Amino acid sequence: MFSTLIQVIAGGLLLGAVYALFSSGLTLIWGMMNVINFAHGDFVMLGMYVAFVVWTVMGGGPAAAVPIAALALASLGIGCYFVLIRHIMRGPMLAQILGTFGLALLLRYSAFWYFGTSFRTLPETLVGGTLLIGPIRIESSRLLAGVVALVITACLHLILTRTALGSRMLAVAEDATAAELMGIRPDRMQAIAWGLAAGATGVAGALIANFFYVAPSVGETLAIVAFVTVSLGGFGSVPGALAAGLLIGIIESVSAYAIGAIYKDIVVYALFVLVLWLRPAGLMGNA
Amino acid sequence: MMKRAAWPIFGIILLGYPLIFSTPFQKRLGALVLLYAIGASAWNIVGGYAGLISVGHAVFFGCGAYGALASYKYLSLPPIGGLPIGVVVSIGIAAIVGIPTLRLSGHYFSMATIAVAELARLIVSNIDWLGGAQGLSGPPVPRTLLDLSFISALPYYYLFLGVLAAVLAFTRQMERGRLGYYLRAIHDSERAARSLGAPVSRCKLYAYLMSAALTAIAGALYAVMFGFVDPESGLGILISVKMLIMTALGGAGLLLGPLVGAAILVPLEELSNSFLGGVGAGVTFVVYGAIIVVIARLQPGGLVRPVLGALIERSDKVVRRPC
Repeated sequence: MFSTLIQVIAGGLLLGAVYALFSSGLTLIWGMMNVINFAHGDFVMLGMYVAFVVWTVMGGGPAAAVPIAALALASLGIGCYFVLIRHIMRGPMLAQILGTFGLALLLRYSAFWYFGTSFRTLPETLVGGTLLIGPIRIESSRLLAGVVALVITACLHLILTRTALGSRMLAVAEDATAAELMGIRPDRMQAIAWGLAAGATGVAGALIANFFYVAPSVGETLAIVAFVTVSLGGFGSVPGALAAGLLIGIIESVSAYAIGAIYKDIVVYALFVLVLWLRPAGLMGNA
Repeated sequence: MMKRAAWPIFGIILLGYPLIFSTPFQKRLGALVLLYAIGASAWNIVGGYAGLISVGHAVFFGCGAYGALASYKYLSLPPIGGLPIGVVVSIGIAAIVGIPTLRLSGHYFSMATIAVAELARLIVSNIDWLGGAQGLSGPPVPRTLLDLSFISALPYYYLFLGVLAAVLAFTRQMERGRLGYYLRAIHDSERAARSLGAPVSRCKLYAYLMSAALTAIAGALYAVMFGFVDPESGLGILISVKMLIMTALGGAGLLLGPLVGAAILVPLEELSNSFLGGVGAGVTFVVYGAIIVVIARLQPGGLVRPVLGALIERSDKVVRRPC
């Protein structure tokens, strides 16, 4: 009983690390330019399909799929920034919501059209085996996903806080005009932010695809998970997203274990609504 | 605003549509345009006039649809008899959800409404007496005329036209009244409106309740016409998104914006569904998505606004009103 609970929590933590990874992309975009990307979950969905295509076309595992998905999604993110986001971010809020929502529909139903609605899965043998640590069994695909996600989230945090690029991005987030006067191009920094954020979703998607079904509709649930994570961790904070992601992973796994798998989404969504109602600035953010 | 003479012409066009376009497909199309226009006009009160972008109006639509069919199932009422029940439940939910949610601004409000709607969909999918994932059905054979179960779409067309006219008249009354001015002030700047003494929280709540009640009417009418509702067709996120998109395409915060948007998007959806068959659903929403992106990028005010602007410029060149 006790060991089962530990196993459930360990599984939740590993899944939570992946949630943290793609949510830090959302939080980065929000912190940089006050835009909520409603298509964020669908970016993760595309990352999953990239992993699926990499496997069907060349039989590659995560070693090939993760970098390819990261590059593909980062290019998509930068493209979206220049074609759409740059023009709507200063416009009325309706335009912002419409723009990213339209993007979400476009991506979701393009996947629906091209790949069909059926649930696809990657073969379990791609990242095979389970690890036994004492009484706890952990599938290696989940372990790989959790560890890689943690490392990349940490890298993202280090880029933002310890490098010149990160300082420039923060300067643009603080005051784009002042940054421009200091010789920083806001456009370029914001495009990089979109590239990083979308790249993170690509990595996350390619990692989840190893143990999760792939379908066009998964983006919707994942988007809400990202919203919950970001609102719980405070908008604009990568460490906050990490803590919140891990917490949500645990809450989800424990509630699936304790009251049944169909109720786990209900618990997460209800948590989200409660957080927004009670503490809109997040648990760690400052209002 | 539109010239006085234009209204009767507009009315005659709407009344005469099914006489000119009289194939069953065209009549059904007309009825659907009006049905969606009712829903989008209801959304417009909150999303357009008050500028609170709700992406969760499916909750209220679902209240109406489930109210109609549940009162048939349990009380043996004709589905339309369940409309008041749906409206009352909808107002109740709007009050409970609205008070904490309306304090949120901007994107936070939109995200909260999405989450509430998805929560409602998940919960209803697990409630057996609301049909769970299978949903509820209306009377298989009409018992009396009151069941409003017709083979032709013509009666629905005129029913929906009447309701739409009432909804638009109601909206116009609100638009010209004190509440309408308050809502537009809140839309422009909530802080400024509050500092000038507008009862901001109360106005937003009133608009939200009105919008919820009218959306529930649209949901009940949907259930009457289709005789079926399940969590996806009654509470799915696409219901909310369609109301939002139709209004934004026509022009949010304009009386006729939602009708114009519905008149463009509903035929598009129906035509691509009927030409492309099963695959059509996917392609339809790809096109939907593309249209929304283009609108957001190029004409975020909607299609009606530039036309209106041109009309006003022509009609009074001396006094140019800001539009």
